[in-house]
Amino acid sequence: MNLKTSILDYINDVKSGSFTVEEFISATIQRIKDVDGDVHAYLSLNESAIEDARIIDKKISAGEKVGACYGFPISIKDNICITGSKTTCASKILENFVAPYTATVVDKLQSEDAVITGKTNLDEFAMGLTTEFSAYGPTKNPWNLKYVPGGSSGGSAASVAADECLASLGSDTGGSVRNPASFCSVVGLKPTYGLISRYGLISYANSIEQIGPVTKTVKDCGFLLNIIAGQDSNDDTTIDNANSDYLSDIEQGIDGKKIGIIKEMTSDGLSPEVSAATKDAIQDFEKLGANCEEVSLPTIPYTVAAYYTITSTEAGSNLARYDNIRYGYDLDSEGYEYNSYISKSRAKFGPEVTRRIILGGFVPSAGHAGKYFLKALKVKSKLISEVNSAFEKYDFLISPTAPVQPFQFGEKIDDPVTLMLLDYNTVTANLTGKPAISVPYRVTDGLPIGMQIIGNSKNEKSLLQAAYALESKTELPEVPL
Amino acid sequence: MTKIGLEIHCQLTKLESKLFCSCKANYREFEPNHNICPVCMGLPGSLPRLNQKAVESATSIAMALSCETPEKIAFFRKNYFYPDLPKNFQITQLNVYGDMSIGGEGYVDVEGAKIKIRRIQLEEDPGRLIYEGESERTKITLVDYNRAGTPLVEIVTDPDFENPRQVRVFLNILSDLLENLGVAEPGLEGAMRADGNVSIEGGNKVEIKNIGSFHDLEKALHFEITRQQSLSERDIAISQETRHWDDRRKITVSSRSKEEDQDYRYFLENDIPWVKISQETRDSLKKDLPESISSKKERFVEKFDIAPQVADILASDKYYSDLFENAHSDSDAKDIANLITTDLMGFVDTKEKREESKLTSQHLSDLVAAINDKTLTRTSSKTALQEIVKSGKSVKELLSEMDLGQVSDSSEIEGIIMQVFEEEKQAVLDAKENPETVNYLVGKVMQKTKGKADPTKTLELIKSKLG
Repeated sequence: MNLKTSILDYINDVKSGSFTVEEFISATIQRIKDVDGDVHAYLSLNESAIEDARIIDKKISAGEKVGACYGFPISIKDNICITGSKTTCASKILENFVAPYTATVVDKLQSEDAVITGKTNLDEFAMGLTTEFSAYGPTKNPWNLKYVPGGSSGGSAASVAADECLASLGSDTGGSVRNPASFCSVVGLKPTYGLISRYGLISYANSIEQIGPVTKTVKDCGFLLNIIAGQDSNDDTTIDNANSDYLSDIEQGIDGKKIGIIKEMTSDGLSPEVSAATKDAIQDFEKLGANCEEVSLPTIPYTVAAYYTITSTEAGSNLARYDNIRYGYDLDSEGYEYNSYISKSRAKFGPEVTRRIILGGFVPSAGHAGKYFLKALKVKSKLISEVNSAFEKYDFLISPTAPVQPFQFGEKIDDPVTLMLLDYNTVTANLTGKPAISVPYRVTDGLPIGMQIIGNSKNEKSLLQAAYALESKTELPEVPL
Repeated sequence: MTKIGLEIHCQLTKLESKLFCSCKANYREFEPNHNICPVCMGLPGSLPRLNQKAVESATSIAMALSCETPEKIAFFRKNYFYPDLPKNFQITQLNVYGDMSIGGEGYVDVEGAKIKIRRIQLEEDPGRLIYEGESERTKITLVDYNRAGTPLVEIVTDPDFENPRQVRVFLNILSDLLENLGVAEPGLEGAMRADGNVSIEGGNKVEIKNIGSFHDLEKALHFEITRQQSLSERDIAISQETRHWDDRRKITVSSRSKEEDQDYRYFLENDIPWVKISQETRDSLKKDLPESISSKKERFVEKFDIAPQVADILASDKYYSDLFENAHSDSDAKDIANLITTDLMGFVDTKEKREESKLTSQHLSDLVAAINDKTLTRTSSKTALQEIVKSGKSVKELLSEMDLGQVSDSSEIEGIIMQVFEEEKQAVLDAKENPETVNYLVGKVMQKTKGKADPTKTLELIKSKLG
């Protein structure tokens, strides 16, 4: 039994009786016990995971109908709600929040017999790129524990990379799935806006964020997408995907496809290692039969500013409900007047969340909206039309997922603006609603580099074909943990 | 010149569910905090699901107020902290970036004056704060979220009213209209609320909030006009501000709290995609609008020759007009109309009485038939109505049970007339002198027969006996 297996191989092994679900889940839990003290990918564990596994084993041995997941272990980012378990958003303010409902994505996984291993660490309320902003301590990069795993879904990516589960669900507002996927050398997808229900995902910037799968292989990503995508009556923003099968034809290849290399994401600001890897990736695409050429999207230099303006505005509003009155943590209201109580209770937010709430109070305010918020919306619509015209010419747009490789803890935490620039290559997919995937491409000096492929809206199927093609060109070392 | 504008909030209580979840729109029957769910409590991870029926009801209101209705509407967040607001923002609408709310540019005719409707928007009602405790020290605020998320329509008028009386007439017209549409019950406590704004010649606009009832609104407007006029007479500037109605002292008080100059940081509610209201939907909503009160009234007058005042009462009250429409045939319409407006009204003048009433439109048809074939007098019919409202018995049952049959037998009436003549000697003399006083004697006969004597016949017989 090998914990380094993919979901698809795992399912075949369980079906053929190589091992039971319980055996695999027990081994996974043992692995978590062995390594998570160092990695700290998890904030809480599912105490009934073994019991859940036994139930599925019973179904299998009784010849009953078994869900498509056959009990494979999956972790869930701790901003996605599951009935009865704590959902903290890695924040002190939701320290004791137990949701009375389960997110649609988790519901779908459970009804297909996936076993939830636990809830994974993140930057508080998914705001950050390193998980250093978790109120419960950072997650470490399994490739080198001195390095950040990326963020905000750092716990999700690290849990998959460290074989503490076979897959994870993260959320991606500006790169929060793709960035840690790139830093931890796993596959991470930000789907088309509306492809996956957000019901049960605690909002940070609801107009652009999506739940996304984190997996070891591109095929696993397609497998998971088949389970969790689709319209949901609990989320009015979901779109009809016509029950697409993202796994069939995934090996079709990209011969004759046109690829645009985004100039603004591949010229300045890349580290030499990332730059070299990108050049090689372009060659690989050419070898696969695609035609690559450079394309300029001149609005891109303004996107990070627009992104932080829009997301802060929405965060300021979405996080306003945390007044500690209906739920939250233990703070007696006795002796407080309403306003003083909420300012006292909201002091529990960490530094990055506080920074964005303050920004979110300023940029859309009456005297400043024209200069900031409304201007950011203009950048967004200009970007959308630029990217849409690019897709008239190209099937895919590519760039490295992050401009740099993972860096050490503390290296950038005191420099918010540099941290923000880590999002430079990823925010475009969020602002335009397009699907984008990070594919592990290389490990240089023991640290991973991922490549990003952006597809047109609802074209996840061809996006995964391109990702699979690139993946088949790579040969990567095993994580040294 | 005095200018008054209104901002009216009306709950769509006739809808099954709240604006963004499946909790009941009619929250009044629940224990506090028993009509709530993760969505209307704004729990993290919950998302609003728009009630399409609410959009349709609100569009119908806009159409009934002659508004333009756009093809696409959007929702906005109005951000502010308040304990009755579970998410600390309210989902509402805004027209700053173009016409995106349910409707606008409508009007209502108020006694010949045109009151313009500036905009109509659909939004969620917050929860309710309940203050308890006797002294300042023991005072506590309780929050009941049952109301949170109830569909609310905001109707904003231009400052087209010249006096508080016109406001009252308008509000009566509006609440009749909303009731007639079948979307709201303005009579329910708190279901329809209005704030006003007042400005006089040369002064700034002053908004008045915290007004409990339409009655208080009129008082508040009167007070505010007088206050502004007296300032103006003494050359004191009237500043633009929001004032609160102090219900206890019956005055308006400047609200110095910062909450009034808040910056609401409006922006699009992206959890609810733009709602398309197609031309077909709008056409069919328009087609399904119930007949307007004014056209009903006109029809009653023209078709049935009903007096305009009577037609007005019937048409503007949905309860009466429904009873009337179901009871009447072409031949007895006028009689049914009169029976409703003269005899019935006193018995069913409140919502509670209407709910308890056992009366059906069949009763009304039967009663008028009995009066017309003279098995029942007009006077007895009132007694019968009262009994029907109480017990729901059929007219036939009542006629036999209650001894209400009309007495038109001459000899029987004559016998009673003789008795009255014995007892009222002076009146008989008076009547001989002055025939106009004969009604007194007729009245006495009616009294003795409990209203059952045929009045025409009685008068005839008395006149012949007086000679």
